Amino acid sequence: MLAEEEIVYARPKALSGVHTHYCPGCTHGVAHRLVAEVIDELGIAGQTIGVAPVGCAVFAYNYFDLDFAEAAHGRAPAMATGIKRVLPEHVVFTYQGDGDMAAIGLSEITHAAARGENLTVIFINNAIYGMTGGQMAPTSLPGQKTTSSPLGRDIETTGMPLHMAEMLAGIPGSAYVVRRSLHNVKEINRAKKAIRRAFQVQLAGWGFALVELLSSCPTNWGLSATGALHWVATHMLPAYPLGDYKVRPEVEALR
Amino acid sequence: MAKELLKGNEAMAEAAIRAGLQAYFGYPITPQTELLEHMARRMPELNRVFLQAESEVAAINMVYGAASTGVRVMTSSSSPGASLMMEGISYIAASEVPCVIVDVMRGGPGLGNIAPAQGDYFQVVKGGGHGDFRSIVLAPATVQEAIDLTYQAFDLAERYRVVVFVLTDGNVGQLMEPAELPPMRPVERPGRERRAPAWALRGAAGRPKHVISSIYLQPENGEAFNLKLQAKFREIEQHEVRYHEHAVADADLIVVGFGTAGRVAQTAVKQARAVGKRVGFFRPISLFPFPKPRLAELAATTREFLVVEMNSGQMVEDVRLAVEGRVPVRFFGRMGGVVPYPDEILAEIERQLGQPVYA
Repeated sequence: MLAEEEIVYARPKALSGVHTHYCPGCTHGVAHRLVAEVIDELGIAGQTIGVAPVGCAVFAYNYFDLDFAEAAHGRAPAMATGIKRVLPEHVVFTYQGDGDMAAIGLSEITHAAARGENLTVIFINNAIYGMTGGQMAPTSLPGQKTTSSPLGRDIETTGMPLHMAEMLAGIPGSAYVVRRSLHNVKEINRAKKAIRRAFQVQLAGWGFALVELLSSCPTNWGLSATGALHWVATHMLPAYPLGDYKVRPEVEALR
Repeated sequence: MAKELLKGNEAMAEAAIRAGLQAYFGYPITPQTELLEHMARRMPELNRVFLQAESEVAAINMVYGAASTGVRVMTSSSSPGASLMMEGISYIAASEVPCVIVDVMRGGPGLGNIAPAQGDYFQVVKGGGHGDFRSIVLAPATVQEAIDLTYQAFDLAERYRVVVFVLTDGNVGQLMEPAELPPMRPVERPGRERRAPAWALRGAAGRPKHVISSIYLQPENGEAFNLKLQAKFREIEQHEVRYHEHAVADADLIVVGFGTAGRVAQTAVKQARAVGKRVGFFRPISLFPFPKPRLAELAATTREFLVVEMNSGQMVEDVRLAVEGRVPVRFFGRMGGVVPYPDEILAEIERQLGQPVYA
């Protein structure tokens, strides 16, 4: 018999009941929620250890109700490797932004993938440094104005953006590497499925799994919340095509 | 167990394994590489973790991760690699997770060379990375002492939740001499887990979550945490001072040196005694905590100190601070990978004794 009131939407158990410091309109909160929902659904909260980055998600350990480590800037994949190697039965994930992963931590993420390290990586790409106040990231778009490229990113002197998903997919050790976006409901649902798969890959012991999530940064882009989501669609999607860049055959079979 | 002919680097590796080491992460660099190579052979055969990292930066952060789970973990390197690890060491110290680091020092600065030197005293003993912290620093002079100190290092790291350095040099690392290895301690393995420390990351099943972090955003919290750390370092200074001394009671001059420089200086002191010079010898074994109180006592009975180091004069500053100007503290050093001969030090002893002493 149905109760008159039924809870159809609640905070995932894997999230703590605290307010986040994220700006209004930022998609970090969506990404956190998706990760927490997947952890709840897989029933792995008690065996999961997260590794937070330096960047806007530096306080992720406050927002997840999980054992958590807070890494040095860019070193989350190395720290996660240390944890996973001594606790192979546990689930270990990193949550990193584009400055953390694609700039200062490029070596650590690349070699974690090269070793086929059995980790899940959530990669937030919002084309800018958020926490330090809007500087150019390796993922900033050509011509994008930031506080450290005030006239727009000049590709003559700073090169072209790094495409992390494509790059890491080319490494034999990676098992599952995809790019999704958080700019609308349909893509959010697709992102959740990918995150779920990235954790399942680790549970199966198949190696390195990464989900790149195109995200918004209204504060540092100087846009409204909805304007920022629109900018993801109009500017980031053409530069960072969504898709599955590496899906090993055994991962394909996962549902 | 009987004495065997052992190489310093391999002996330290085996001592760590016998102390219950569960994971080793490292990167090749001369003159410590045999330590990593010994781990590469032994750890897998014992079903423990060995991983060659892509850099010293990665290695120390792997150590940080493994240490956060409360297992016994270590890395090893040599001077340039130790420099690269300093950021991670600051994080580890600030997170209060235990680990052991062996630094087999070589000639510097820069790429320098692969010969024995002691130029890392400042960066290792004075905290190294950013912020206010200390590591326990143990400086062996022989292969046997390198074994014994490495074996003890893990207990100290866990007792105080600090980084413990075994600070040695290319001479001790490469030297082969008779030494005895300690017994193998039981290690955690599946089905026989050691009880995890109360703070360790092992998954939050059935308990509140644990967080390993070094961030204290509010300055007041940051200061409170720093005061707690400093109290711990003062406690270490109370309980963990280690030194070796010889013939200091009637000495007019006491020669002070650590590690290999100390070992060479001890030979010079014995030669000086043999010709009737009243010369004593003092070798700090713990560089942090530095044996300040004992040196202060000796300053009341001797007329001067001569500090011998394989650097431009680093530990000498701590001797001067301990002595507080009561007697002169002079320095003799060789740099850039040069190990002094005993007769150079003996000549320096004789020169100093011939000088007027302004106490």
